[in-house]
Amino acid sequence: MSDTAAQPREDDAEDGDDPTAADADDPVDTDGPAAGSVSTGAESVVAALEAAGAQTAFGVQGGAIMPVYDALYDSSIRHVTMAHEQGASHAADAYGVVAGEPGLCLATSGPGATNLVTGIADADMDSDAMLALTGQVPTEFVGNDAFQETDTVGVTRPITKHNYFANGADSVGDTVGEAFELSRAGRPGPTLVDLPKDVTQAETDETPGPATPPAGTDPDPTADADAVEEAARAIEAAERPVCLFGGGVIKADASDAARTFARTYGIPVTTTMPGIGSFPEDDDLCLSWAGMHGTGYANMAITHTDCLIAVGTRFDDRLTGGIDTFAPEAEVVHVDIDPAEISKNVHADYPLIGDAGRVLDQLTAAVREAPDAEAWRERCAEWKETYPLTYATPDDEPLKPQFVVEAFDEATDDDTIVTTGVGQHQMWASQYWTYSEPRTWVSSHGLGTMGYGVPAAVGARVAADTMGEQDRDVVCFDGDGSFLMTMQELSVAVREDLDITIAVLNNEYIGMVRQWQDAFYEGRHMASDYTWMPEFDKLAEAFGALGLRVDDYDEVAPAVEEGLDYDGPAVIDFHVDPEENVLPMVPSGGANGKFATAEDQL
Amino acid sequence: MSGDAPDSRPATDGGSASDTGAPGADSRPAPSEQPAPEERDHPEGRRNLEGIRIDPVVEAEHESRRAVISALVEDEPGVLARVSGLVSRRQFNIESLTVGPTTVDGHSRITMVVEETDPGIDQIEKQMAKLKPVISVGEVAGDAVTSELVLLKVEADDPAAVHAVSEMYDGRTVDAGPETITVELTGDNASIDNAIGAFERFGIVEIARTGPTALARGNTPTAPGEKPGTAGEPTTHDD
Repeated sequence: MSDTAAQPREDDAEDGDDPTAADADDPVDTDGPAAGSVSTGAESVVAALEAAGAQTAFGVQGGAIMPVYDALYDSSIRHVTMAHEQGASHAADAYGVVAGEPGLCLATSGPGATNLVTGIADADMDSDAMLALTGQVPTEFVGNDAFQETDTVGVTRPITKHNYFANGADSVGDTVGEAFELSRAGRPGPTLVDLPKDVTQAETDETPGPATPPAGTDPDPTADADAVEEAARAIEAAERPVCLFGGGVIKADASDAARTFARTYGIPVTTTMPGIGSFPEDDDLCLSWAGMHGTGYANMAITHTDCLIAVGTRFDDRLTGGIDTFAPEAEVVHVDIDPAEISKNVHADYPLIGDAGRVLDQLTAAVREAPDAEAWRERCAEWKETYPLTYATPDDEPLKPQFVVEAFDEATDDDTIVTTGVGQHQMWASQYWTYSEPRTWVSSHGLGTMGYGVPAAVGARVAADTMGEQDRDVVCFDGDGSFLMTMQELSVAVREDLDITIAVLNNEYIGMVRQWQDAFYEGRHMASDYTWMPEFDKLAEAFGALGLRVDDYDEVAPAVEEGLDYDGPAVIDFHVDPEENVLPMVPSGGANGKFATAEDQL
Repeated sequence: MSGDAPDSRPATDGGSASDTGAPGADSRPAPSEQPAPEERDHPEGRRNLEGIRIDPVVEAEHESRRAVISALVEDEPGVLARVSGLVSRRQFNIESLTVGPTTVDGHSRITMVVEETDPGIDQIEKQMAKLKPVISVGEVAGDAVTSELVLLKVEADDPAAVHAVSEMYDGRTVDAGPETITVELTGDNASIDNAIGAFERFGIVEIARTGPTALARGNTPTAPGEKPGTAGEPTTHDD
């Protein structure tokens, strides 16, 4: 949120009695920080980031953060300028998901910081490691309602693991390093350091020390051995065991451990939505994901199980439906790194506090014999036959969105990264794409942030490129409503020549709302009708991207091919059936086992 | 959804998924042909609101109870905002919160009285423990020493009677004027409530209560892991 109006105001302040005014007379040190030496707070910030291994930052310039940006000028950290700070926070979040490293975003004070808030909240809900650095007005102005002042620490307190107000140039580097490490320690999540301009401008020669998370925040990854033994006995005795792998399995890089555990003991697997990719969906044991729009067979399995082995999940209400009917006959083995998640929503009969991978290895070792679950596996297989995900494609109805998702899946490799916005398109992208690898599904789960898709595609693409994986495809499924919220980041994709393909499943509705209005509000389409959408293919061309429009089935495959082959950002505006609904569906608070497969069952 | 229509999709060269998606293209049941919710088996079991499996016949809910929670925290800016924000955000039922320094420089003790179910108390402790400045947190044992300070201003129509009641409850007169008398009372929750009841007949003008603070009895640490101090040696903590 760079605002040139800020500058006279800021300069006035600095020429006055600002304690940092003396710095303004000194020539800016353009040599940048030599390895291990710094001269300002800002250089200490950048040195700390480099020492912690940060390679990429996403952000927007602005008055109060300028000293930090100036220090980035000579840094090895690649800075990607975004069009809007919300885009910076989503891009950093997605970068972190794909790279397995904390994402890094920067913004100035006031509106810059508040624009980051949605992305920080998103990272918080999805337990994604991310560090946000925000500029702040000089310390002596704090609390005076100065220009572009917001109480950023106050605003972000409930949506960060912890946040910091930097209080001196000598310590700011250590603070930033600690915040970076804290974001990935234990249960990951976003952290923030608010950087008053006088702190970043002030002279210091204090080089930040090795970054460590604060005491007590890096928990023991190993679960209590006795508790593991008790859980193992329960698993051995189960007749209808089911694994429920959540996002924690992916964050802990525990997909291999999860696969080994489930396959060794022949236990059917469901995942949560954030857990998509933790277990291959084409595996015979896999029932795909459970919850509101999960598969019928996953929802049958978690409803009828007598032993639910839940790993790295916080039992969100979109997963559980009504708590009273959630896995009502199951003993629950709950593996989580965060003790506060144990018995928060669903009582854990066997709580195992530790790292997902480590505890799954412990369980694999502790279980002596596989549960006798042959009949149960057959029952799960029958459910798979009985409740397949299907959709019809009648002649007299427009192009179906599910077909587009399947067409992309067919045309791409297994390592393709899918990002989405939020809404119907997101559900189809998760239902009709077969995921087999972790960190390939990049979406906004807990917060449900429309507009996540495009900036997330930018972050995902940059992450893959940074890892030397230029050959991986990045496909963003977006809705027309979601796309309109953050499509300005397309300009970044064009500028950076990022190879991403954006498939807008355009139904000229804010479709999930329209579906709920039809089901629960007597079809009164209040503010959900989006017939006023621009022509996205032309808009894409105006941005300098490839723009295509598709209306019919026979145009799908050529457009998919052209979009994927295009070396740079492509937008394909798929005009899909506005009446298509996401099914199956568990009504909010309903029983998972009573999912509706048709509208008249809602 | 008109699920019975045949698959009319043209064969596509690049990205066809024609062998999986459409009911017309294979023998799999279309959504409308799949068993409806009422046609499926459903388990008999239930969970209560706290996610605990229950016997549907004798459904037992947890009763809420009064608990004193003590937390040792780093005395840094914003720590009270972090704790109070957590309590309000998660809708914990809190009666009072007091904060004050300890014998260790840079440490404060926060004492909260809450009215919650056992799982709710457990959640408060665990969520508090996740706050970075919180060093240690736990429920103070039931036999803990708790005490609260109250300033009570009553009308001074009958000073002798006020004085008598005040003496009865070990109160101390801290201000006496022609219009009002202010009394200081300390004690546990029950005795304070009794005393206030006794003063009501004079007409209570104003009242200010600190809320209870608490220490565990004997050598039991008030916050888990807190090591008792000795003469010349302040209390310490592992962290």
